[in-house]
Amino acid sequence: MSASSELIRVEDLHKSFGSLQVLKGVSETISKGEVVSIIGPSGGGKSTFLRCLNLLETPTSGRIYFEGTDITDKSVDINLHRQKMGMVFQHFNVFNNLTVGKNVTLAPVLLGKKSQKEADEMAAELLARVGLQEKADQYPKKLSGGQKQRLAIVRALAMEPDVMLFDEPTSALDPEMVGEVLQVIKSLVKTGMTTVIVTHEMGFAKEVSDRVFFMDGGIIAEKGSPDQVFNHPSNPRTKEFLSKVLY
Amino acid sequence: MEFFTVMGKVWTEYSSLFLHGLWMTLYMGALTVLISTVSGSLMAMMHRSSWGIGRFKPLHAAAVVYVEVIRGTPILLQLYFFYFMLPQWFPALDLSEFTCVMIACCVNSTAYVCEIVRAGIQAVDAGQTEAARSLGLNSRQAMIHIVLPQAVKNILPALCNEFVAIVKETSLASTFFIGELMTQFKTINGITFRVLEPLTIVGIIYFLVTFVMSKLIALLERRMNASER
Repeated sequence: MSASSELIRVEDLHKSFGSLQVLKGVSETISKGEVVSIIGPSGGGKSTFLRCLNLLETPTSGRIYFEGTDITDKSVDINLHRQKMGMVFQHFNVFNNLTVGKNVTLAPVLLGKKSQKEADEMAAELLARVGLQEKADQYPKKLSGGQKQRLAIVRALAMEPDVMLFDEPTSALDPEMVGEVLQVIKSLVKTGMTTVIVTHEMGFAKEVSDRVFFMDGGIIAEKGSPDQVFNHPSNPRTKEFLSKVLY
Repeated sequence: MEFFTVMGKVWTEYSSLFLHGLWMTLYMGALTVLISTVSGSLMAMMHRSSWGIGRFKPLHAAAVVYVEVIRGTPILLQLYFFYFMLPQWFPALDLSEFTCVMIACCVNSTAYVCEIVRAGIQAVDAGQTEAARSLGLNSRQAMIHIVLPQAVKNILPALCNEFVAIVKETSLASTFFIGELMTQFKTINGITFRVLEPLTIVGIIYFLVTFVMSKLIALLERRMNASER
């Protein structure tokens, strides 16, 4: 990945909820094809930072450039840019009123990216990739947590995004289902997809990331290669955090 | 045993009045539900509207005041209010008693339907909207394709319960001799000077109507839950 091909640039991002300051000035650039993991204690601003990237949270101040466009500019149609940013949530948020297949095809068809027939074909292919080909006509109610999360990943991929944002994708899963979801993310990363993942799976972050951000107190307190951050942390707070986390 | 004999006589003698009353009750109930479903949904949209200047949202504020006032006053008071006020406000329109009572019923029911719709939408997990928005759907598309279909499942059973409640509340209209079931009781009571027998018959009719309705609602709920399995 060449550092020149910038995909997301964040400039002095601040976010407050009422009087609570969650992000206190984050500036960072994420390149095309890069895999970034964000780790850190709860309340450190990891999820808020990620949710600001596609404006699910509106920043209090600061700028976010996605593919060269300032998406915090009020005149920008954020919906167009969100089509290029896939997101996977902690609680899956699969559409309960739609079948597994329709979960995947709704957005591409509705937003005019594909005909229903094209979308169905793509959905069949994507679902097969994550082992859900048999489930296309069922409702999500019948799926396990791991299957729901795999469906959520496929649903985001159906929009053919340029970046995938994962917000603690395995935190709500039963332990025996964590592996299957991480496996899917890992194979996605191998295809060269730009990925930002907020996670508590330290072993996974260490294995797949190009860079790791340690967020604490509303800032990126430490960043670097997995080896740097996990094996030779320089910030005492990183050291303290890692010493408390088993992996 | 005289009770049952008299009741039988009252029924055979005045069955057409009872049936007419039943018809009126159902007619008023259905009309109120139809109208207030539409107006209540619009009211719910107003309630959810964030349109306004700064922190002042006129549509939202109007809906809040409406719902609070209507829910905070007795329906009988509202009936009196509209029954006596409307003809004074619109003397030229020459509104019938029935119209005035219907307006009062609809005004009242709108507030409850508004709350039912609002609660039904609110009960849909916010994550559903977020997921839809994250894919690039705008708020309208997210509402139409994801939120409303799920909200309907919360709304329909509660709306049917409101229908049952309305059917019973139309009895208040008998204050103005509109012609529904309770009016018929008063009429027959006036002719025969019997209270218990016609009242029992009216009570049985009310009960049968609402009983059948609640059974239908239960069936509907089972059907809807089954559709997602």
